[in-house]
Amino acid sequence: MSDNLKAPDPLVPVPQGPVPVLPTGSRKSVEITIDGATVAVPEGATLLEAGRMQGIDTPTLCFLENLTPVNVCRICVVELEGSRTLVPACSRKVEAGMVIHTDSERVRHSRRLVLELLASSVDVSTAPQFQDYMSRYEAEPSRFGPPGPPAAAGERDSARPGHHHAPDGSTASRVAQPVKIDNELYVRDYSKCILCYKCVEACGVDAQNTFAIAVAGRGFGARIATEYDVTLPDSACVYCGNCIGVCPTGALMFKSEHDMRAAGTWDESAQSQTDTICPYCGVGCTLTVHAQHDLIVKVTSPLDQDVANGHLCIKGRFGWEWVNQDKDRD
Amino acid sequence: MDLHFTSAEPTPQERAAIDGFLSRLPAGGPRRQYLLPALHVVQTSAGWISEGALNHLCRGLGVPPAEAFGVADFYALLSTREQPRAIAHVCDDIGCMPKGAESLCNAMEATLGPAGSTGGGPSAWQRSPCLGMCERAPAALVVVAGENPSEQAIGPATAAVVLGALAGDAPPEPGVAASLPQAGAAGLRLLARAGSIDPTSIGAYESAGGFTALRRALEMGAEAIFSEVTSARLVGRGGAAFPTGVKWAAVRREPAPRYLICNADESEPGTFKDRVLMEGDPFALVESMVIAGFATGCERGYVYIRGEYPLAATRLENAMARCRERGLLGDDIAGSGFSFDVELRRGAGAYICGEETALMNSIEGFRGEPRNKPPFPTQVGLFGRPTVINNVETLVNVPLVLTMGAEAFASIGTERSTGPKLFCVSGQVARPGVYEADFGITLREMIELAGGLAGSGKLQAVLLGGAAGAFVGPDDLDVPLTFEGTRAIGATLGSAVIMPFDDGAYLPAVLRRIAEFFRDESCGQCVPCRVGTVRQEELLQRLASNDVHGSREDEVALLAEIGRVMRDASICGLGHTASSAIESALARLPLPEEPK
Ligand SMILES: Cc1cc2nc3c(=O)[nH]c(=O)nc-3n(C[C@H](O)[C@H](O)[C@H](O)COP(=O)(O)O)c2cc1C
Ligand code: SF4
Ligand code: SF4
Ligand code: SF4
Ligand code: FES
Ligand code: FES
Repeated sequence: MSDNLKAPDPLVPVPQGPVPVLPTGSRKSVEITIDGATVAVPEGATLLEAGRMQGIDTPTLCFLENLTPVNVCRICVVELEGSRTLVPACSRKVEAGMVIHTDSERVRHSRRLVLELLASSVDVSTAPQFQDYMSRYEAEPSRFGPPGPPAAAGERDSARPGHHHAPDGSTASRVAQPVKIDNELYVRDYSKCILCYKCVEACGVDAQNTFAIAVAGRGFGARIATEYDVTLPDSACVYCGNCIGVCPTGALMFKSEHDMRAAGTWDESAQSQTDTICPYCGVGCTLTVHAQHDLIVKVTSPLDQDVANGHLCIKGRFGWEWVNQDKDRD
Repeated sequence: MDLHFTSAEPTPQERAAIDGFLSRLPAGGPRRQYLLPALHVVQTSAGWISEGALNHLCRGLGVPPAEAFGVADFYALLSTREQPRAIAHVCDDIGCMPKGAESLCNAMEATLGPAGSTGGGPSAWQRSPCLGMCERAPAALVVVAGENPSEQAIGPATAAVVLGALAGDAPPEPGVAASLPQAGAAGLRLLARAGSIDPTSIGAYESAGGFTALRRALEMGAEAIFSEVTSARLVGRGGAAFPTGVKWAAVRREPAPRYLICNADESEPGTFKDRVLMEGDPFALVESMVIAGFATGCERGYVYIRGEYPLAATRLENAMARCRERGLLGDDIAGSGFSFDVELRRGAGAYICGEETALMNSIEGFRGEPRNKPPFPTQVGLFGRPTVINNVETLVNVPLVLTMGAEAFASIGTERSTGPKLFCVSGQVARPGVYEADFGITLREMIELAGGLAGSGKLQAVLLGGAAGAFVGPDDLDVPLTFEGTRAIGATLGSAVIMPFDDGAYLPAVLRRIAEFFRDESCGQCVPCRVGTVRQEELLQRLASNDVHGSREDEVALLAEIGRVMRDASICGLGHTASSAIESALARLPLPEEPK
């Protein structure tokens, strides 16, 4: 490091992280060909949006409408003629003249392998959409061998970047590990984490600006962590639950749901969902209250709602325990 | 943003080291970019990055501690867990394997316990991927933290020398000429000075022709330099073989401010040419960067150098300081009115940070995760600005283009591979080292230039281009070493690695080590590479131990599927090429099923 450090020109914008922001404003349209049909789509749209306009259902895992695309899961890849590699539909913008294939053998192969690689290393049992994708692409995760043993508590958190225990190859390594339960509101079961980065985005610049969690480690050792893996009560977490709201696999789960599942009493078929406005403050966030046998079991918020964009605070998300307590008293 | 901190406090030493660092930072401006340098400071003074130290530096830089932890925990040379102050990183990668790496590791284990154990003593050792010293195999790097910190590259390494260095002894330093078997020979262009002059003396550099090109460049003007480089048909030497003129043109079209980055991260197994250039002729890189910055209208340059290259970093720092004193770097260079300064940034043990966009994230203080492209760095690069990024060797060709003239430069080599080229020759050859030759020399001639085969003398295979390259067999020795010639046989020149293996090598174990490398070095961002490299390593382990699932054919077919998704759907070049060398060996070579 030089002694005479100089900052870049102060006019240079502070980097906001690696992903560019989608342009907004009035849009012209461009012509592209998707699966043989030539269509006009608004300039600046992504291939995912363009596909959706044609009724094409492109699978996504790390994409969410209210978060900046990180394009890491690669399930959404499509074939772009002239490109050496497949391209991620969720973030690649349309360009005039693009010829796209969304269901070619090459696309199906990559999607199938992405599903198999994930399902052979992660517990996807509480990710219903993932199960649908698995059957759509005929994924067979067992091709890589029987599942390997789970890690002990803290083992994955203390792995050194760039090093790992040599596998003997007889089993398929997994991220399986004990559930982290360190507070009364929600649990973190990273055995179920597909590392989609959504929780980190929701905790950071995309919603909450709390930065309690980040991606740590590297390679297969990469994981979601607080600094030094301190417990949530010791971390910056304010229990807004926005990370739970965006988690696609159930890795982040209301403690209420986790406990009921453990007790075998969780029964989605017996649950009702009721939209209401959060009573706590004047902002007016929409809450979707999930109740089972008259007890509130969790609270979510619809993504397409202007006020909160699916994000809440601790009161709206968790401030219903007293309702249940009243019920208990009845 | 309101930051939250745990109650952990730094020790007085950590606090002093961090405060000293922070006091040298410029006032104002974005501070996140100083995160990695700050982590280096803590690592160097304390030997690890404690929770209290991280809190303290995060307060100073305004970075959330969870994010800073995620950055620290990305790099192999930084430790977020307490460890002994003296650590030996012992290379067990493919270049050192045939040169006794395993017996060195065994000897280390006998004295210090298992690799990575931190059992209380003052020193410990770890296995390391290629340290970029394959010509001096087996190699080791000893890092001692504390009040008198030191970093010593050792090669060839013996347990006695490594243990001595851990205890504070200075290991023998053979000098850069030992890595340059051609040093002093007539007719060398890129290596005209390296190994022959004092690399710390600006006077020696100048007497040997240094700065002639810079003076000419300042007279010619940016436009003329740019058109010379374009008509010389200079192609990037960093591995991707991209035409330099095209890259420069793209950045020149974009609005200022623009940045120039020299990619000196060189971590591809088998590659060491940039290190030898920087150790042997550091002023040439500084001169080259000033010329490139001038030609592309960049106002600032960065050299991102591999963390494992302490000597090259010291020599570059010295060269930059001497150039500043002489008015050849900084404000108003040589009275031309052009101002340009260069900052050195050190990596911290991550091959992926050689990928251009990962490198930019690393400089900016983020995890070294590659960005999705487009947009390309020529438009949205470092700090979101248009950025030229070139390899060390690419840049060092630029003064040569100016002194020789584009036409003469382009007449060397072939139509599509112009100019002189550096090759990293290691493995089973008699005289390993960095060699300069014109493009078009054949693989056979190259091996002969390096003294012919060593070991048993019977060639089994040659790894061409690096771990991301390809294996070729004894029948391919007449391939011309050019971009197009190697491509024609389904290989690649990559980073110009030439690593022959004799018939005593058990290639399945070599392939397994390559698979281990990619697994360890994957940034972990995208699924095809993060998990694909794990499945590939498991599969290669089964092949190497001849304990396959189903038949060998089933395994090879499964590997092809894993390779295909990594190639098709990964974000960056690491995933795209992680199976290339392995698949090439399985396709071309008759692999044994058991070690001899
Ligand atoms: C995983 C990976 C590692 C790389 N490492 C290096 C490196 O150490 N040095 C380098 O010059 N280029 C490296 N590259 C290539 C760079 O991304 C980039 O293409 C190069 O620096 C451009 O310089 P050039 O045009 O002068 O070759 C790497 C690429 C990948 C995908
Ligand atoms: S609950 Fe809110 S503050 Fe806590 S980790 Fe999740 S998103 Fe961040
Ligand atoms: S915890 Fe959930 S949201 Fe966070 S990265 Fe893992 S799968 Fe994604
Ligand atoms: S291909 Fe590998 S190294 Fe590159 S972005 Fe994906 S995980 Fe990271
Ligand atoms: S949904 Fe596009 S990469 Fe994950
Ligand atoms: S230094 Fe050991 S393989 Fe390169």
